[in-house]
Amino acid sequence: MTKFAGLSRQYWPTLVLFAFLLASWQAAVSFGGIREYLLPAPISVWNGLWSNEIAWSQHIWTTTLEIVGAFFMAAIVGVALGVAIAWSPLLANALVPFLVFVNTLPKVAIAPLFLIWMGYGIFPNMLMGALIGFFPVVINTAVGLSQVEADMLDLGRVFSAPKWKIFLKIRLPNALPYILSALKITATAAVVGAIVGEFVASQRGLGYVIVATQSSMNTSVAFAALIWISAVGLALYGLVVVVARLWAPWAEGID
Amino acid sequence: MANGLIDLDKVGMIYEATSGPVEALAGISLSVDAGEFVSLVGPSGCGKSTLLRIVAGLRPATAGTITVAGRQVTKPIDDIGMVFQAPILLKWRTILENVLLPAELAGKDARALRGRALELLEMAELHGFADKLPRELSGGMQQRASLCRALLLDPPLLLMDEPFGALDAMTRDDMALELLRIWGEHDLAREARKTVLFVTHSISEAVFLSDRVVVMSPRPGRIAADLRIDLPRPRTVELRATEAFGRLNLEIFRTLTGRTVGATASG
Repeated sequence: MTKFAGLSRQYWPTLVLFAFLLASWQAAVSFGGIREYLLPAPISVWNGLWSNEIAWSQHIWTTTLEIVGAFFMAAIVGVALGVAIAWSPLLANALVPFLVFVNTLPKVAIAPLFLIWMGYGIFPNMLMGALIGFFPVVINTAVGLSQVEADMLDLGRVFSAPKWKIFLKIRLPNALPYILSALKITATAAVVGAIVGEFVASQRGLGYVIVATQSSMNTSVAFAALIWISAVGLALYGLVVVVARLWAPWAEGID
Repeated sequence: MANGLIDLDKVGMIYEATSGPVEALAGISLSVDAGEFVSLVGPSGCGKSTLLRIVAGLRPATAGTITVAGRQVTKPIDDIGMVFQAPILLKWRTILENVLLPAELAGKDARALRGRALELLEMAELHGFADKLPRELSGGMQQRASLCRALLLDPPLLLMDEPFGALDAMTRDDMALELLRIWGEHDLAREARKTVLFVTHSISEAVFLSDRVVVMSPRPGRIAADLRIDLPRPRTVELRATEAFGRLNLEIFRTLTGRTVGATASG
């Protein structure tokens, strides 16, 4: 109860501002003569969210699948590359310049190539999200694995602990908060990637819905799709935050 | 030939800095008996911490020989307990799990040592904190936990690098008494006690704790004096107020500053 009271004390300005913006938006459209295809009123958007004209559940499902797939691909590949870089200076020298190059490429520009190579489908869109989101994971993994006190490593040497043991018992848990912190960025990047992929080539998904409204001028549906996208994105982000809190409770306040 | 638990013979250490080679230690010869509590005091930069790591085999000496328990040191030796200035406890492990870390690192059965770990925590007055995370403990308590960790495998030799340096003055004095109690000043015969090599820059801390104080001078680090501290054990708080304690402090202080002045005049 007190927690709820605290939360409501913290967030009432947000809620008030939100309500105010919604009301002014509705008023501007209703009384200001703004045409619906330019800026649909909040009520039309709300109706659009639940409209039967669009197979929302199908599109949401497709986009969610792409986002989650992108997220896990980025996480797995990112951690693996980060481990490789931290493990061996040779691999670091080989990989880092290449990774930096890949990271500086504007990924959006590669999306049409993905269409040529892989055609339509969920997988190329996943790959796009993974490509946008994997880099912070690589860097944070490598940094987290190396940011161990020198004295702690000396302690390991005193007990002649093998390298893999130092890795598993000291380096990897030490890197965990760094990795989880990067995954919050990846969660957002995965959304961008999936939507970009759908923009370029798709027949399904929330990004596709938005592109399709360009010809139908059904702007309220585009707005509704935006809201669904941010709902999916927020849910994934929230999930990562919760997992981070459960998995690395000692790291509160690192990010 | 070797006759102490630790024998250093003309140990020197030169390391390469960007500005060229720096002589950190020169001609250090020192012998420490089993069960002896020896402090190394000196100003910052006299190489006392480096010397400690050389004894542990964590850094190579560039000259001389180091023998511990009759064996020449060429790589990290595993029969030691180390305590550093920071407690360096693993943040994600409970205090008990931290104390058990050496067992896991050394490939020993940690479960079998649980009982001993709990005993150590009880001795360090931390038994109520076994399942807490390090951040829930004060700095002094964390350092006591790190001492328990160093003692887990019952090493005959304890190497301590300014272990109380980061604590406030009052906690520091408490910890000194605590350390002597855990060391077995009250209840163990001298031969049964651990050999301690203790690095500090506090003269009074060195005098209070030690059987011997080795005073080091800087650049390159050399032994300036090696004083026997014949104060009665167990040491008490009152000892700090005695004339003998004050005289020893003064003597070491003079050795330290005298050396520094001499070095400046000749250099």
